[in-house]
Amino acid sequence: METNTQSEQAVWQPKVIAFVCNWCTYAGADLAGTSRLKYDANIRVLRLPCTGRIDPLFIIKAFERGADGVLVSGCHPGDCHYNTGNYHARRRWTLFRELLEFVGIDLQRVQFAWISAAEGAKWAEVVNAMVAHVREIGPFEGYQIMLARSGQAAFQQMVGAKGGNGSGKGVPGALPVGRSGAE
Amino acid sequence: MAEVVEELRALARDLLTKGAVQVFVGYGEGSVPGRTAPTIITTAGRAGELVWNKHCLNNLAVYLTRNEVTKRGRVGLVVKGCDARAVTGLLQEGQATREKVVIIGMACDGMGEPLLEMCKHCDAHMPAGPGADAHHLACDYIIGKATAPDVAPEDGGACYADVAKIEALPPAERWAFWQEQFGRCVKCYACRQVCPLCYCKRCLAEKNEPQWLMSSAHAAGNFAWHVARAMHLAGRCVGCGACERACPQHIPLSLLSKKMAKAVLQHFKYRAGCDPAATPAVKTFDPSDKNDFFR
Repeated sequence: METNTQSEQAVWQPKVIAFVCNWCTYAGADLAGTSRLKYDANIRVLRLPCTGRIDPLFIIKAFERGADGVLVSGCHPGDCHYNTGNYHARRRWTLFRELLEFVGIDLQRVQFAWISAAEGAKWAEVVNAMVAHVREIGPFEGYQIMLARSGQAAFQQMVGAKGGNGSGKGVPGALPVGRSGAE
Repeated sequence: MAEVVEELRALARDLLTKGAVQVFVGYGEGSVPGRTAPTIITTAGRAGELVWNKHCLNNLAVYLTRNEVTKRGRVGLVVKGCDARAVTGLLQEGQATREKVVIIGMACDGMGEPLLEMCKHCDAHMPAGPGADAHHLACDYIIGKATAPDVAPEDGGACYADVAKIEALPPAERWAFWQEQFGRCVKCYACRQVCPLCYCKRCLAEKNEPQWLMSSAHAAGNFAWHVARAMHLAGRCVGCGACERACPQHIPLSLLSKKMAKAVLQHFKYRAGCDPAATPAVKTFDPSDKNDFFR
């Protein structure tokens, strides 16, 4: 575990989570794939029915589980499969960004995009730019500060038991254990 | 003040006797001097228990969301100008029916001794009475007359002075500040219980399949809880400050709600609960909403 951790630390790779809608961005990402476009593998794509389905808590959860950045993407305004889902989502994100900023999360770690099913190239471009950016600003250490204050045990218990990566292979799980080097 | 109390008691007595209301929600003497307690009476004989003074801080609108109260029939509800906004919110969201509430609006010169900070920025000393236009919640009765002058809406931004102080800090210090604050949270959920707009029968904090929030009072779960709460109340919170007053750990919760209120006003030109005829900001959208943060 300790060796794993240290080697992981040596070659830190940004972990970026993408929440995308089924109808536009996911199809766009698919197009990027079938077009053989190469883009950074640091992105983990999570598909949801609509951007309107993305609860702000998903983003908090992603950071809680060790993400360094979050990308949210869906249909262009006016193109929503459910007509208005992205418009409602946009209002929520406007407020959520204000809140994130207020509690001290760097807004550069949470980015938003509209990517249609025809924009495979834009998907590759946005992902590359996002990953490069997160690589530049470094790992998200907010939770390390938090855990240093209140101990890791309870947190590990919760994330480890239910979440983690489920592989059970002793890979540092959901939380980037020991990145702080404290434990 | 004494005449006002007598007028209130007489009205409660009258409404209960006539059967115009089956339950009356007001303030009664608290357990210690300088405090009042929400008092719920169902008989005219107990009208003498009602009081009105500088310490009627609680937002009684929360009782409109409690089945134990509403199942008795029509509710007589004592509100201050600020509390009336919460009633407006509940009416807008279909959580209360206007015909089932008799609203008694109390003129208020500000609460607390010394005066609460929020009362210094008050623009609702006098609730609107019967015959008010569609843009104001018309109370059925008005008792008293306020002498304190209303400030301009949002007090020309002066009410956000403490928010601005936090906004001015560098991000790392903001994070540290909130870690310090949320770190004290004991997850008692008093903030949720006193909030009139936090009425979900089954709160996300209690869901365990999947578990969205850690149930123990751990920093990570505390952070998620307070962020989620602020988001759920964004554009809905009327700024009554009940959450902050109920917090046993003195977490400055109104900073969060004020920040969100400020953002809602800035981006969507909306103030929660102020205009019953307006469409709540988070219930609608405008195709021309802010779009500059999307790639």
